[in-house]
Amino acid sequence: MIESIKSFMGWFFVTGDPMIYGADASIALASIGIVAVLTYFKKWKWLWEEWLTTVDHKKIGIMYIIAALLMLFRGGVDALMMRAQLTLPNLHFLDAEHYNQVFTTHGTIMIIFVAMPFIFGLMNIAVPLQIGARDVAFPFLNALSFWLFFFGAMLFNLSFVIGGSPDAGWSSYAPYAGAEMNPGVGQNYYLIGVQISGIGSLATGINFLVTILKMRAPGMTLFKMPLFTWSILITSVIVVFAFPAFTVALALMSIDRLFGAHFFTIAAGGSPMLWANLFWFWGHPEVYIVLLPVFGIFSEVIATFAHKTLFGYAVMVWSMVAISVLSFITWLHHFFTMGNTAPVNAFFSISTMLIAIPTGVKIFNWLFTLNKGRIQFTTPMLWALAFIPNFTIGGITGVMLAMAPADYQYHNSYFLVAHFHSTLIAGTVFGIFCGLHYWWPKMFGYLLDETKGKWAFWIFMISFNICFMPMYFLGLMGMTRRMYTYPAGLGWTPINVVMTIGAVGMGVGFIIMAYNIVWSAIHGKKDKTGDPWDGRTLEWATSSPAAEYNFAHIPEVSTRDAFEAMKEAERKGEADSKKPYAPIHMPSNTGIPVIMSAFMFVAGFGCVFEWYWMAIPGAIGVIACMIARSFVYDDHHFIPVEDIERTEAATGRLS
Amino acid sequence: MTDATLSLHEKDQSKLPLEYRTEEGDLRIVGFWIFLAAELVLFGTLFGSYLVLQSHTAGGPGPHDLFEIGPVMAETIVLLISSFTCGLSTLELRRHNKKGLIGWLIVTILLGLVFLGLEINEFYTYAVHEGAPISRSAFLSGFFVLLGTHGAHVTLGIVWIAGILLQLGKRGITTVTARKAFMAGLYWHFLDVVWIFIFTAVYLTGLVI
Amino acid sequence: MKNLKALIKPALLLMALAMLTGCSEKIAVLNPQGPVARSQYHLIIWSLIMMSLVLAVVLIIFVYVLARYGRKNSDGFDPNDTGNRRLEIIWMVIPVIICVLLAVPTVKTLFSLNQPPKATAAQAQTAGESLTIDVTSVQWKWLFRYPGQKIETVNYVVIPAGTPVKFRLHAYDAMNAFWVPELGGQQYTMTDMPMQLWLQADKPGNYDGRSSNYSGKGFAHMTFKVMSRSSTDFDRWVNDVKDNKPALTHEKYMELLKPNTVKAQAFSSYPAIVAKDLNKAQMEALMNGESVDTDSMHGMDMDHESGEGGSQDD
Repeated sequence: MIESIKSFMGWFFVTGDPMIYGADASIALASIGIVAVLTYFKKWKWLWEEWLTTVDHKKIGIMYIIAALLMLFRGGVDALMMRAQLTLPNLHFLDAEHYNQVFTTHGTIMIIFVAMPFIFGLMNIAVPLQIGARDVAFPFLNALSFWLFFFGAMLFNLSFVIGGSPDAGWSSYAPYAGAEMNPGVGQNYYLIGVQISGIGSLATGINFLVTILKMRAPGMTLFKMPLFTWSILITSVIVVFAFPAFTVALALMSIDRLFGAHFFTIAAGGSPMLWANLFWFWGHPEVYIVLLPVFGIFSEVIATFAHKTLFGYAVMVWSMVAISVLSFITWLHHFFTMGNTAPVNAFFSISTMLIAIPTGVKIFNWLFTLNKGRIQFTTPMLWALAFIPNFTIGGITGVMLAMAPADYQYHNSYFLVAHFHSTLIAGTVFGIFCGLHYWWPKMFGYLLDETKGKWAFWIFMISFNICFMPMYFLGLMGMTRRMYTYPAGLGWTPINVVMTIGAVGMGVGFIIMAYNIVWSAIHGKKDKTGDPWDGRTLEWATSSPAAEYNFAHIPEVSTRDAFEAMKEAERKGEADSKKPYAPIHMPSNTGIPVIMSAFMFVAGFGCVFEWYWMAIPGAIGVIACMIARSFVYDDHHFIPVEDIERTEAATGRLS
Repeated sequence: MTDATLSLHEKDQSKLPLEYRTEEGDLRIVGFWIFLAAELVLFGTLFGSYLVLQSHTAGGPGPHDLFEIGPVMAETIVLLISSFTCGLSTLELRRHNKKGLIGWLIVTILLGLVFLGLEINEFYTYAVHEGAPISRSAFLSGFFVLLGTHGAHVTLGIVWIAGILLQLGKRGITTVTARKAFMAGLYWHFLDVVWIFIFTAVYLTGLVI
Repeated sequence: MKNLKALIKPALLLMALAMLTGCSEKIAVLNPQGPVARSQYHLIIWSLIMMSLVLAVVLIIFVYVLARYGRKNSDGFDPNDTGNRRLEIIWMVIPVIICVLLAVPTVKTLFSLNQPPKATAAQAQTAGESLTIDVTSVQWKWLFRYPGQKIETVNYVVIPAGTPVKFRLHAYDAMNAFWVPELGGQQYTMTDMPMQLWLQADKPGNYDGRSSNYSGKGFAHMTFKVMSRSSTDFDRWVNDVKDNKPALTHEKYMELLKPNTVKAQAFSSYPAIVAKDLNKAQMEALMNGESVDTDSMHGMDMDHESGEGGSQDD
């Protein structure tokens, strides 16, 4: 009996590596610490009422961002571990199996659990405010999306200490990722953790599509929307059309692994290449799901700090539309080398190159927004400015990779790795840091410290170049991605040393940023006006942080840069007189999303281990929650006029 | 629970059908259409995968060996009729006829249950009697998952409509229950459309080609 | 701080140029040793030139705008400068032209790579006009079968210099990619789809090859040597292998198919089963006495006679 328990524990928990035990200990300590603090300060009720059950888009946005920052830390530690292992030839800091798990979790976490939630967080915070709405179209669904993401991420991360991490790469190519060559629970964690959070992403896409289409303030026609809102509208369309394909791909591989089907197996007629097609049919649009929103952020920030309207607004919008359409017809460029015929490769080469045209147009429009502007070098502006040259390098190497015969030489090498980090870091990461600094006062009512923010920026940005510029050459030298070590004598060592130095520098930059967040929480400059940056769009027209109902009066819009126009009118003394308040209809908090997602977690965990005694009750719990929700009719409340007056007076907005 | 609390931004909407009269109802129906678009992509991907794998029978039974026109026609007719009765229920909804609405919805889910029974029987026959379970070949994997996903949707639809029936019984036709009944109807018709594609792409091409 | 930033990019570019010219021998892709790699190299350099132009234009405008309008109290602030049709058309048309300039050679090269390169040396007696080699990736090693010469090598392959070599690529288990950067770009190896790759070395020499698609634990060690030899040396080597190396027995072959890493080796002959190019599932079925399911070979069969093996292709 005891023996069998022992052997079960040895299999259930990941054992044998001091780093894992360290992680076990720190996870246990952190959990105990959190529980202890919450209990000591009697904060359980607060946590439940203010956060776990909230349907307020601003709070959900903040939770997304906190979770994404934590995941960024984990993904960053993964990256540093990889760089440590590769600094010198033949190191044994990590063994092959461990290294394989680390690069798999690094990629998956950075894309699915950092980039996506960070963007979802920023759009939750900014979009309803930018369009002058009181919440998103489906607040309940919004909370559900967040909790599905959160529990999906938790499930995925659990693999580190229980059962073992996936090791087939974030792209999980069949047949290697199949049960035959990859037994154990690691790959199941990937499939099911990502699936759960992916369902949440799809719901977010639908939610924001409807929000933006149907809930804009009166007068805000589509072509008067802020660029960030435009980018989210287009991104939502991509999400709605790309994610179902991924849902299917993940489900099919799960069925392969759990029920012995043969979609992607070697045996019984399975087609490994089908996986590559399905994965990248989602995977390539996914790149634009995490890029278009930051294009939107940069457009806002550059216009704000150049103190000019965006140059070529209509072209900026149409170029995003063009990119979104093209993003669905380029997926094959991820496997030019998988035996396609020349005409097929030619088609996808050209369709991929075409993406450079709208993207190039955007770069020039940003440059010409700066032109004749009054440029103010704030921290968010620095991130936006650094994006332009750094992302251009990612873009031009992208065109080089698009040329199929040349891609035969770049594919799967560090040239490719350097390219997608040039786009995803200089694009997405710079963008989310930019957005974070920009909207931070709107989220919390105080500003992040500028000096520390700039230190973090310079160190991170320069280190990024130190890490990734040499990587292009490493790729041309023949080093391929996902190698856990390399022999001496190939000339790769000096470059690897430099890259590791750069990676450490990026880590330092991130730590300074984290320190800045903590420091500013205590000493940060308060934002009493609600408009710390002299903003141009409606989110700055309300207090910081915005009241639960966002706007006491729904603003009326007549032009682009609506808030700038309002301020202009006020300067001319044309401000309209105050109207009386009316009671505001708001959705009520609900515990169903978090409970339902927790059931999903239980069901998912059961599926990972093929414990159907656990999976089935979990699934029943999910369905029960859906039914329960269907019978809830009392899901909203009214904020009385007195409360509105009190809130507005407290922020000094009642004249 | 009256309509007034829900229709905050009520304009002159009294001419609209009940389910569109509140802002919330309007938003949800638009959202549901977008959801159906996503479902379309989901089924599209499953169809694509099935068609790629259709010929990959790995020496096992193929479409010709398995499919029989009789049961398939029965499933098709039952589901088509259920779509018709579902349409009748929406007509009754527009007439604010609670009894008619409930009656036709009950007929719809009964037909849905018959369809499910036929489908489960078909699956059981293949997997147990014909030696063609999901693990036999890529073709069968594609077949079972495509049809199984449709079947799971039908099941969910039955549970959903049953829940709406309870709410209709308790609350009568309000803007909320009207919206739910209307959306369930959309969903049911969508599943019918998917079945037509299954009938064509899976059974007809399987039997003919 | 602004000046610092303006300096970084040119410095990096200079560094890049220094690396390009200084140590291109270490940069395998920029040191092509055969016609296939050379055609790809030309494409790469052409695209690099075009793209450097683009980058230069962006950087010049970027630095100018920041220097001009980034100062406090800079004049020329014009909040009404919100668009310029003519400029926008210009920067839409120029990328289109660049795309055309890149797409044309891309498509040309793409089609030309389907054809064997022109032979540049006298043919080896044992090879003929062109040499066909069947490559199989197994976790984590490379098997090379010479169907014309009836010999087999592991983790190294000898080819005659100046002669086009057709590599027919198969995978036994996981997907891998066959890449010899100095001789030309890569192709995947797959279990259900034989693929082909033409390569040719200009002169005798040794070139590093490796798998470039991740396939599990031993992936980093999945390397091989390509040894290009003169025609006479190649003939001598073939005969030497035939005379002096052991035969590949069935047992030994099954041993090789297990997931592990092995040393380079050569065999004077191979059993018939090797030439069937069975994948792992088919092999297991065969070992269990089931009929081998051949219709899993469904993919785009780029080379219709593959799977038969044995016959020399010329």
